[in-house]
Amino acid sequence: MKIDLTDTTASKINKALVQGRRAIGTPAVGLVLTLVIVTDEENAYDALKAAGEAAHEHPSRTLVVVKRVSRSLRDRTTSRLDAEVRLGVEAGTGETVVLRLYGEVADHAQSVVLPLLLPDAPVVVWWPVNAPLDPARDPLGALAQRRVTDTYAAEEPVRELTARAASYTPGDTDLSWTRITPWRSMLAAALDQVACEVQAVEVEGEESNPSCELLAMWLADRLDVPVRRSSSGGPGLTAVRMSTDCGPVTLDRADGRLATLTIEGQPERAVALKRRDTAELIAEELRRLDPDDTYASALRFGVERLHAGEADAAWAAAKAAGKAAGDASADASAEPSAGPSTEKEAAAK
Amino acid sequence: MTAHGANPLRDAADRRLPRIAGPSGLVIFGVTGDLSRKKLMPAVYDLANRGLLPPGFSLVGFARREWEHEDFAQVVHDAVKEHARTPFREEVWQQLVQGMRFVQGTFDDDEAFERLRGTIEELDKAQGTGGNFAFYLSVPPKSFPVVIQQLKKHGLADQSGGSWRRAVIEKPFGHDLASAEELNRIVHEVFGSDQVFRIDHYLGKETVQNILALRFANQMFEPIWNRSFVDHVQITMAEDIGIGGRAGYYDGIGAARDVIQNHLLQLMALTAMEEPASFGADALAAEKTKVLGAVRLPRDLGQDTVRGQYAAGWQGGEKAVGYLQEEGIDPKSKTDTYAAIKLGIDNRRWAGVPFYLRTGKRLGRRVTEIAVVFQRAPHSPFDTTATEELGSNAIVIRVQPDEGVTVRFGSKVPGTSMEIRDVSMDFAYGESFTESSPEAYERLILDVLLGDANLFPRTEEVELSWKILDPIERYWDAHGTPAQYASGTWGPAEADQMLERDGRSWRRP
Repeated sequence: MKIDLTDTTASKINKALVQGRRAIGTPAVGLVLTLVIVTDEENAYDALKAAGEAAHEHPSRTLVVVKRVSRSLRDRTTSRLDAEVRLGVEAGTGETVVLRLYGEVADHAQSVVLPLLLPDAPVVVWWPVNAPLDPARDPLGALAQRRVTDTYAAEEPVRELTARAASYTPGDTDLSWTRITPWRSMLAAALDQVACEVQAVEVEGEESNPSCELLAMWLADRLDVPVRRSSSGGPGLTAVRMSTDCGPVTLDRADGRLATLTIEGQPERAVALKRRDTAELIAEELRRLDPDDTYASALRFGVERLHAGEADAAWAAAKAAGKAAGDASADASAEPSAGPSTEKEAAAK
Repeated sequence: MTAHGANPLRDAADRRLPRIAGPSGLVIFGVTGDLSRKKLMPAVYDLANRGLLPPGFSLVGFARREWEHEDFAQVVHDAVKEHARTPFREEVWQQLVQGMRFVQGTFDDDEAFERLRGTIEELDKAQGTGGNFAFYLSVPPKSFPVVIQQLKKHGLADQSGGSWRRAVIEKPFGHDLASAEELNRIVHEVFGSDQVFRIDHYLGKETVQNILALRFANQMFEPIWNRSFVDHVQITMAEDIGIGGRAGYYDGIGAARDVIQNHLLQLMALTAMEEPASFGADALAAEKTKVLGAVRLPRDLGQDTVRGQYAAGWQGGEKAVGYLQEEGIDPKSKTDTYAAIKLGIDNRRWAGVPFYLRTGKRLGRRVTEIAVVFQRAPHSPFDTTATEELGSNAIVIRVQPDEGVTVRFGSKVPGTSMEIRDVSMDFAYGESFTESSPEAYERLILDVLLGDANLFPRTEEVELSWKILDPIERYWDAHGTPAQYASGTWGPAEADQMLERDGRSWRRP
């Protein structure tokens, strides 16, 4: 069922939620979290649809905060809150409230959201677009345990990563990071199968896709070897090539669906590695609500360090060393390894 | 998982990375059967779809049917499309189909097993399975020894150079203690005890694993989980269907052997056991074994056990024939389709608390639940008229369907007078988490590939369970006949009388 409220307040919305719940005959709620989606009118539909699908796995109260653009001085000084309460069939497994904020109240969205949060249950805020530079200090972000941004949707994704690293607070996470979980898991599985030391890595993908940077930084952070980021036409990530002391290990995905895993001395294998839709990403994001330290560590590695020229040189050297002989690799990996550890300590402080 | 510890990309703090099985393959014997098509194949696909199978994972079917690899792949394809939980995706299928093989033959055919060995060796080369194979014996109990012996004879059970070979077996694990011991002897002669996985699909269910979470991760349940507060425990597994086409298997086995010996006693063990030192396989098995070993049978088996047979009647609006009229059943059969028993547990926590276990076919509805029923409040400040309608408090773990937990307690009825009545508070899995929680078989197959044994009953548990059931079966053989109950009801009147004598009654689940 759907209840429309115009020029309303949070307490009237709460009342409508209780009334609606009674009317559809399910007075008990088994909702596990509150998901707050902060968006503009343009992206609200898609975001809500994705959240609705994710709600099959995580029944939640979804609050969509739509800040309306005010075009005149009069609009800006008067404020109004409209709400659309959806329950039952309309909202899938949870409850949905679409909040439209006009005028001044748009700057005080937290005052509307706070009374509508489920008691005790965790709060997740998701900005599909236009995430604040410092999510944890944002008035809405401050209400949440988990703050989900998406650098992929940003104007300059790679620069945004630097900003995210600077303002990182435990509980922050980014959908560009979520997107690469299958890649990370497959690469880890590939290294499970060989007892070799990785000496250099190349991550290849679309020019302005922050997932490629994140994957490269994660690999650099975990493996402590030079990692080179190279560009391709996409879609998304296209390949990761690791040179190891027992030959190359390559995961190659040209079409965004089916990848090939090649390990020296082993047969080639097809691996399903489909690009996932937003609903799946949100579902994964909601599965764990504790801080993602691995993300923090990869993010703090820093885009500059990844893109720096020295890394390229070191990479070439390490790759050459890997090809030439096993013992030469010690020198090549020793130099960059000094950097990461000291920087990590600094970041931890 | 050779270099697992050394893999720099693995990190315990990185909880997004799923547990992926190492390089491996699964060989299914009896691959044309119902279980294989409806549960195993879809589970393998669902695992692949969730990205939990290693690259190069291989699936080998073994059956008598004259199939080519392509025919087998087609059958798997159809089974997956029809029964898989997750949507069908072509690229996942492409990954799986590369490793699909079919070996034609009967269980006594030496050549077929040689071909199977050849297939496995070929897969090691072509798919990189690394010699790690699990053999899933989805075969009738009488074929068990043959298959196991064949595996041994053709060197298929030999683990060499760090690779593993595992055997997965389904219930029934024998039909009494002697046959279970014999079966265990046969299996363990070929496979080490840590390489044998007995599937009890109940243990793969989320709700069953949740029993341990509920009890040991919370502070509010465990303090009252003992004889000082609990009056009794009822464990029910009811089915609304009859024996269907299983006449050949079911007659002579009966409900107690089919269900109580494995599922219900496992559920009882999980409900009653002490807190394990860890969630590891050994620690869990130790506690379950301890509590099963402490089970005490009722002194008078005639009074405290009941068996029944469904008679003709109406079940849920459909006319149902009685057990003795089912096709393929001896009209004089004494097989039980309903069984209810009362057990005690001799330890400090449970002394004097009866555990009532019941199971049956053609009962009111399909339901499995564990109800922990509490004692009444020792003193009530309210007068008796106020609490007339107040029952006992209860915590009910609903295992299936509609998975969840119900807490029943008294609450004041709104109005000017004081009247207290029972209300339910519900936690529904389907609502609070995931409509898409994994199937039991997914979890169990993944655990087999990972070598994770904590959801699988061990030899000792199986043998202890038979020790509990055998005297009851012997008593039943020697005394009387099963009571008749109309299909679609909650069992024979004798079962109700059994609880009435104790001043209790069965819950209507």
